[in-house]
Amino acid sequence: MARAAVSRRLTWRVATVVAARWETPSARTLVLDIPEWPGHLAGQHLDIRLTAEDGYQAQRSYSIASAWPGDGPVEISVQRLEDGEVSPYLTDVVEPGDQIEVRGPVGGWFVWRDTATAPVLLLAGGSGVVPLMAMIRARSLAGGRQPFRLIYSVRTPEDALYAEELRRRGREDSGLDVRFVWTRKAPDDWPHPPKRIDVATVNTYGWPPDFQPDCFVCGPTTFVETAADMLVALGHDPKRIRTERFGGA
Amino acid sequence: MSIISRGFGGRRRESPPDLPPGQYLAHDFPVLSAGPTPRIPLDRWHFTIVTETGEKHTWDWKQFTALPAEEITVDIHCVTKWSKLGTTWKGVAIDTLFEEVESAADYVMAHSYGGYTTNVPLEDLLDGKAWIAYEYDGEPLHPEHGGPARLLIPHLYFWKSAKWVDGFRMMHEDEPGFWEDAGYHMYGDPWREQRYHGD
Repeated sequence: MARAAVSRRLTWRVATVVAARWETPSARTLVLDIPEWPGHLAGQHLDIRLTAEDGYQAQRSYSIASAWPGDGPVEISVQRLEDGEVSPYLTDVVEPGDQIEVRGPVGGWFVWRDTATAPVLLLAGGSGVVPLMAMIRARSLAGGRQPFRLIYSVRTPEDALYAEELRRRGREDSGLDVRFVWTRKAPDDWPHPPKRIDVATVNTYGWPPDFQPDCFVCGPTTFVETAADMLVALGHDPKRIRTERFGGA
Repeated sequence: MSIISRGFGGRRRESPPDLPPGQYLAHDFPVLSAGPTPRIPLDRWHFTIVTETGEKHTWDWKQFTALPAEEITVDIHCVTKWSKLGTTWKGVAIDTLFEEVESAADYVMAHSYGGYTTNVPLEDLLDGKAWIAYEYDGEPLHPEHGGPARLLIPHLYFWKSAKWVDGFRMMHEDEPGFWEDAGYHMYGDPWREQRYHGD
């Protein structure tokens, strides 16, 4: 239960970065060893607190990218924002062995539980794919057979997080469909010119509203507004559309 | 006791002394909501206060915007860490609405078009501390930011400032609303950093 998972006092814990890998030239996954991590649901986030030598602090929230197998590390994927103060530190400065403070997991609304049976439609814009990837991974971890569809809108093939893993899972995870939408540059063998996500795409590669899918939409504000409006226009029940908008950090 | 983050702090944001702990200054106006943005035609808009005795007080858009309104300039603080200083709104003080309402209840559940709810003690809505705002920066409030009208309680984290607000239900006992049910703090004072349950 989400309430049980979040209703105790959240304490700051010292996490150790045990590994890091680049997902794209500007997005990096940090693998965190967090002592006594209570576990998390797919879609939840954690808060990070950084402290400078003079005591200055900054906090930000990051979606958790990994599913929770019961123990082991927790992964976040950070997109570098050029004018950010925290994300460039996490992408370019932090190295394995470094420690950062975290607390969580946070959030009980934008979550997918592997006990749910409804079809799921995931609409991702840019780095908004991170919590949706956690859902795909959680389904796989549980051996789930729920019908899952991801539509992932991203500028260019170089900007796509987890591209290889998504293609592999699209082939191997039974019942998972993955559709990329390239908004600025498509791969050479792509049959269409680049375009933004549109009603036709959501209609073709999503689920019909009468399947009553649970919809999760995550990305920058303009993407989320547009995509959620399309779902409503196509007849999806607004109460089954969960959104999370990413701000700058 | 915090640990020092090696090499952190070179690109810090301006952090004026009037920011609550853990917040940073945003220069845009981020949008956060849990679902699609409802769009409510003004001729269908209503605001209703239901007291603990079941008595109802309802205003339509015309009646509501005919009430005395105030221009307010306030700082706002979102639990997702951004703050915005000196935002300018126009709206009706909650005091004005309660001039004609009889209630002995201490708590209010604000509810919204689209189903959102959030709980607030009544004393945090009165004495010039809260408004129903329908203009931002001199323009009608955009649906993304909660228009036609939103609750504005600047001294609490901004999730308490319910977007698309359509009424209050008076309660004798405090009850959690939408985010409070999902692990967020029942009260939400940014200066005491009450983000989550138990903070």
